[in-house]
Amino acid sequence: MSSDSNIWLHRFAVFLALCTIGLVFVGGLVTSTDSGLSVPDWPLSYGRVFPPMVGGILYEHGHRLYAASVGLLTIGLAVWLWKGESRRWVRVLGVLALAAVIGQGILGGLTVLYLLPTAISVSHAGTAHLFLCLLVTIAVATSRRWKEERPRIEESTGPSLKTLTLAATLFIYIQTLLGALMRHTASGLAIPDFPLSFGRLIPDHFTRQIEVNFSHRVGALVVAAFIIWIVTRVFKAHSSEKVLQRPAAFLLLALILQISLAAETVWSSRGIIPTTLHVAGGAFTLACSLYLTLMTHRTIKSREAIPVWDSATAKE
Amino acid sequence: MTNWKLFAFAAGCLLMLAAACAKKEEPAAQTETAAAQANRFDPAKGTASISGKVRFDGVAPPPAQIKLSSDPVCVSLHKDPLYSEELLVSEGNLVNAFVYVKEGLERFSFAQPNQPVTLGQQGCRFEPHVGGIMVNQDLRVINNDPTLHNVRCVAEKNPQFNIGQPLQGGESIKRFAHPEVMIRFRCDVHKWMSSYLGVLPYPYYSVTGKDGGFALKNLPPGEYLIEAWHEKLGTESQKVTVGDKESKEITFSFKPAA
Repeated sequence: MSSDSNIWLHRFAVFLALCTIGLVFVGGLVTSTDSGLSVPDWPLSYGRVFPPMVGGILYEHGHRLYAASVGLLTIGLAVWLWKGESRRWVRVLGVLALAAVIGQGILGGLTVLYLLPTAISVSHAGTAHLFLCLLVTIAVATSRRWKEERPRIEESTGPSLKTLTLAATLFIYIQTLLGALMRHTASGLAIPDFPLSFGRLIPDHFTRQIEVNFSHRVGALVVAAFIIWIVTRVFKAHSSEKVLQRPAAFLLLALILQISLAAETVWSSRGIIPTTLHVAGGAFTLACSLYLTLMTHRTIKSREAIPVWDSATAKE
Repeated sequence: MTNWKLFAFAAGCLLMLAAACAKKEEPAAQTETAAAQANRFDPAKGTASISGKVRFDGVAPPPAQIKLSSDPVCVSLHKDPLYSEELLVSEGNLVNAFVYVKEGLERFSFAQPNQPVTLGQQGCRFEPHVGGIMVNQDLRVINNDPTLHNVRCVAEKNPQFNIGQPLQGGESIKRFAHPEVMIRFRCDVHKWMSSYLGVLPYPYYSVTGKDGGFALKNLPPGEYLIEAWHEKLGTESQKVTVGDKESKEITFSFKPAA
């Protein structure tokens, strides 16, 4: 494939990843406005492709149309990768992304037909974020930066940034699942105050909903700890490496935004806009963390490759 | 290409499986036991009655105005503002309280009426807002509006359902096999729309109007637990004993929610 075509493939992948973050927002609006069952049938809507877009149907069917568009674009991406990408693993990512978006559509249909069972609704949210991860990986893999970079950055002490960023990404993903569980079990305001819980650090009583809500708060602390650790390491040990600094800065910004939106979600008693922005913010944070994970793995040398100094070698 | 064909086949199978699994079965009508037939009571032969009022002891907040702007058809159907029915008080009387016999009729069985109860969508509202129906009696759900609605049944003891009624005049018939007080109905297109139905094995229920009055007529003599239910204020109950051809009056009093 020509270099021009490569650039456009990369740009298309980035565009699709951004569209998917938008789709997470639009999908979040469906739950935030309690419109998930405003269209009882699937895959048609009231027996039609285009029902009147009134009331809750605007959100639910609007979400379906947006999702279908992303699905079509994903078909295009998968075909483009299959025909024009020389690396087999990247082509496979395209096929996996296509499988994920089809599975996502089916999960969306099932959750409507079965009246929003929690397990399917949470799986629908989880698959959305997995799909986003696949697109982010494809976008990174098709970038010029990824192709030009090689393992060149050395690390000295402490846990490797590769390990920290991978752990952070996994914890963020788990946190998005906890958030989805919270939304789909109506646990969002089970603890009515923030940042404390019933005026305390730890609630003095627990119900199933309080457990879910508090787990999400604890998860946020874990994620925040990892992100602060990573950002501190990057800025202290690799202050000249823009390839790591910029995504680390974005990740810190995403964390600050997410915490602010979490506070506003509780203080506004789950206002539609802050709540839905918080959902999309989770997807954005996951994307930032995954990007940094991929770039650390691309640019940081494995410690086994670094020559070990010992006194015998030095004397020679 | 082989991989693509296999993948498309698998996706098609999943879709068909999803569609097949989506078929929901209607609840089977309960077959009546011989014992139940032997204990059959005809309400026309009942001679006792319990009636009274449901009062609201406090100052009710004015009902909130409903924003209809999400559907222009709903706007066009209402020249005057539409208000919430969640807490309606008229001169101290509590409107839309569901009063019924909670205990005392277990030894009897009752035939369900042939006439259906109608739950209509009229002017982007459910009519009635609160009502009653007998177990296995037909519920006729009808859309009287020139806009689409969905009718979602949020039940706990009966199967839930969610039906779309896109056309004016569209009807569906549903039945509930188990007693349940109360079943909520919602329209997710028009989120202000809700209705509550009490499903009972007998016809002794009443819904208060603006006068707060209720009447449970044609009861067999006996001791009863009468309960009044309100969607926002909870329940109140009283024990009442009525003899043959006796009428008693009771009053329920609800306080504002804390």
